[in-house]
Amino acid sequence: MKALFSRWALDSGLILALLALSAFGVAMIYSTGQLNVPSPVVEGVWIRQLVWFAFGLTAFTIVSRISSNWIEWVSVPAYVLAVVLLAVTLVVGTGRGTAAGVTSFLQFGGFQFQPAEVAKIATILALARLMASRLEAPGHRSRPSWQLTDVIGPCALVGLPLVLVLLQPDLGTAMAFVGILMAVLFWSGIPLTYLFLLVSPAIALVVSFNTWLFSAYMVALIGLLYLRRSRLYTFEYVAVLAFNLAVGTVARLLWDSLAPYQQNRVLVFLDPGLDPQQAGYHLVQSKVAIGSGGLTGKGFTLGTQKRFNFLPEQHTDFIFAVIGEEFGFVGTLLVLSGFAYVLFRLIRMATGTGSHFASFVLFGIFGAWITHVFVNTGMTVGLVPVTGIPLPFISYGGSFLLMCWVAAALAVRVARQN
Amino acid sequence: MNQFQVPGPEASQRARIAVVGLIALFAVLTVAFFRLQVLEANTYELRSESNRLRPFPIEAPRGAVFDRSGRVVAGSVPGYSLHVFPSSASGVMETTLERLQSYVDLDDARIELLLERARREPYQPLLVDGDADFDLVSTLEEHRAELPNVVVRMDPKRQYQAARAVSHLMGYVGEVTAEELEQERYSEYSSGMTVGKEGVERQYEARLQGKRGLRYSEVDALGRVVSSPFGQVVQAPEPGVDMQLNLDLDLMEWIHHIFPDSMRGAVVVLNVEDGGVLALYSAPTFDPNSFVGGIEPDEWASLNSDPDQPLFNRAVVGRYAPGSTWKLAVAAIGLQLGLVEAHEHMSRGCTGAMFVGNRLFRCWDEAGHGSLDLVEAIQHSCNVYFYQLGLRIGLERLLANANEMGFARQCGIDLPRESPGVFPSDLGFWEERFGYRAQETEVLSLAIGQGPNDQTPLGIAQFYLAMARGGQAPAPRIVQGEEAGDTWDIGISPEHGEILMEGLRRVFMPGGTGYLSSVEHWELMGKSGTAQNAQDPDRSHAWFAAMAGPRGGQPEIIVVVLVELGESGSIVAAPLAAKSADYFLRKRYGIRTDTIQTLREHLLTGTPAPWAIW
Repeated sequence: MKALFSRWALDSGLILALLALSAFGVAMIYSTGQLNVPSPVVEGVWIRQLVWFAFGLTAFTIVSRISSNWIEWVSVPAYVLAVVLLAVTLVVGTGRGTAAGVTSFLQFGGFQFQPAEVAKIATILALARLMASRLEAPGHRSRPSWQLTDVIGPCALVGLPLVLVLLQPDLGTAMAFVGILMAVLFWSGIPLTYLFLLVSPAIALVVSFNTWLFSAYMVALIGLLYLRRSRLYTFEYVAVLAFNLAVGTVARLLWDSLAPYQQNRVLVFLDPGLDPQQAGYHLVQSKVAIGSGGLTGKGFTLGTQKRFNFLPEQHTDFIFAVIGEEFGFVGTLLVLSGFAYVLFRLIRMATGTGSHFASFVLFGIFGAWITHVFVNTGMTVGLVPVTGIPLPFISYGGSFLLMCWVAAALAVRVARQN
Repeated sequence: MNQFQVPGPEASQRARIAVVGLIALFAVLTVAFFRLQVLEANTYELRSESNRLRPFPIEAPRGAVFDRSGRVVAGSVPGYSLHVFPSSASGVMETTLERLQSYVDLDDARIELLLERARREPYQPLLVDGDADFDLVSTLEEHRAELPNVVVRMDPKRQYQAARAVSHLMGYVGEVTAEELEQERYSEYSSGMTVGKEGVERQYEARLQGKRGLRYSEVDALGRVVSSPFGQVVQAPEPGVDMQLNLDLDLMEWIHHIFPDSMRGAVVVLNVEDGGVLALYSAPTFDPNSFVGGIEPDEWASLNSDPDQPLFNRAVVGRYAPGSTWKLAVAAIGLQLGLVEAHEHMSRGCTGAMFVGNRLFRCWDEAGHGSLDLVEAIQHSCNVYFYQLGLRIGLERLLANANEMGFARQCGIDLPRESPGVFPSDLGFWEERFGYRAQETEVLSLAIGQGPNDQTPLGIAQFYLAMARGGQAPAPRIVQGEEAGDTWDIGISPEHGEILMEGLRRVFMPGGTGYLSSVEHWELMGKSGTAQNAQDPDRSHAWFAAMAGPRGGQPEIIVVVLVELGESGSIVAAPLAAKSADYFLRKRYGIRTDTIQTLREHLLTGTPAPWAIW
């Protein structure tokens, strides 16, 4: 018995925090079912979440016992399998619940799961393996000197599942992949300038809507490239500029190709007051819920925005708005602190481990979770656009909770490699 | 502790940057939540309240309407309306309506109609039945479980006593229409409110309406009420102002009772003392109670397509050639102008007809009346006498004086849609209307109440009222306490009035057209009229205009009866007028009412008629 739970003590602080968040999540899902307008969709789901919580703990117990070497070995087949699953999902996938319009679920008999959740973990493992092998290759043992072209490999590795997820389309999960990539690249020691150059096309996309802004940005970019000219090959120099120019000019065309609801989401992000009954409705109702929670909240299960169905997707993507409404600023602060502690622990574990692979896995998980937490909580108050992205350990969702616990198990396992 | 730093010597520096970045991100989040939940909490609390609490009106009961003796004419009783709450799930509305079919009379076409409306207003409760009876409500209450989204609302509803008798006078109520809401008159109204559509209900809408109250109920995001349907009352409704009418409801019921079922027509009874309307009846009639809570479309269609036009108020809107009842106006003008004396004979006696130019103008009695004076000419309704009087007055003077007396005006009764009389204002009328210059002989038909002269029954009653009051009269009033002063002046002196009334009195004497309609206790005066019309050339409209009061006293009431295509004023209209007057005066003087009233009825039933002179 003692042996069974031995792995739980590997990082008791982290695990206690995650247990607390999960238990709180089940309680909040119970609360979202307490409505004045009974809704069969939400009423009993807290029990299912509880069952999935149990599955998650079981998975944790099992995964945390697997040998690190085997984890490292399995990363490549797992990645291949995940990519295949994502491709299959695009063809035969189904939507479900609030995400009925997209194809992100695979069905096995009566059981449904999201391959994207598996793909996230597989990608973290594969990426960690790639980065670690690069550091451990001959000639790079001491201090690797980075080239901008060195990011092509990692980008391609993450880019493949990312594009497949985008095609579902699942913007939220795709953002998690970007978070994984950025966190791992950051941890690999790549110069920050390179990271900036890597994301520069995205910046070009945003500023391209204003000609003057775009021109100023391009001048600044050329200046930066000039300062760094000694470290860059000409073709890198040219590639960055070309990419930026290309993105900046096709942005318009891209914009026009977006579905109206996607355009709306971006517009509403820029101006949430816009059309509150339509696109901005989610955000406005979420802000009203959180704001009306005040300092200490309306009390567990007593949120009126929630009770009268003003909050959309209250047990999944907008569960944090319910937390804000029922527990107030104190509650949001406590939950955010819990996540901050978890993320902080991941950084400490990454610096404390003896293996490159382990530290990259930890930073990959860090990148995924920080993206989920920041985008999910940030969208409830309008800091980021409204995106369908769940809050780890708290939002309702079976395979998502399960995979969160698998990731946690991997984290504690690789961090304490003998 | 960690002697082997991974992935290199920069690791701890990177870790520090990561921690700083982590702190920065969470600081941004904390600031955002602090702003929302602490700094702006009050604003959002308010918005959350207004989100969930929505104001709902509480209907105010309309003011009650009483008759002159305090009998309720129109009141408010608790009414039940049936609504189906919208549901976001598809098919729920259909299922609910189909289940309702076993309790409510709902055919498939009506369900289609309701579903159509539900699609148009997806968040509004769907009104299924605006006037559900109590039995239905209790049945539905028993079957609550299978009809969870059916809601019964209790609102005051209008109820009319003696509904068919008062329909044209009271009018009816209905939901305010979109077009009405655009009018100035309804600027303070909102859709769904019940307003007066016709009659007193419309005329006194502002007073009867009352003020809606307000309650707050909790609603969900779709606007559906989710808490108690009664909510929290923040402002109680103010009932409309009660009103008392000059009307005598018993008399109205009596008139409704005696008016022949198959006939169309109107009865107007005015109080001589103050011009108050004691009765105003139009036949055929309808049931204003069926309009409460929305009239059934097929009933509405049948009311509108009925050739007898039951919705048409013949007393106030209908216009008819006045026939011989108008001879009094000719006599009044003649007296007023000094062109005739009470006992003056015309140059030509009546031989059943007279030539004017080369055309023959007939009297109604082919045998002729011989030589008559004015009073006798009124008694016998002699056309030949009035032809000659008309010629004496002349067309232009007749037009001028008749217009002066108000025959082209409205009486100004407090009811909507009153028709003004139709009467030529001058000679130009013929050219405009008929395209030819008026001949002097036009005066001949006008003199016997034919020609381009159409009056409402109310208008004729108003003229007789002015005669009975010595020349002046107030506008007829439905509602008590609304006397407008003598706005009507037919320009005769009381002495001339006496002469005219002497003629009318003789109509009820042996040999007069009203004699068989004379009654035991009261002195009746009056004039029959038989007016040719375009509706049916073979059957004339029957008129009778009467004054009645105690024997030897002044007349107390005016009764005007019109029966469309009634053929004979004296046989069809006069008994109705006499029986109405008798009923009212008996009630006023405390004499037991009797269904055998007129001399004819006494003769037919063999009851002694002590007042009769043989």
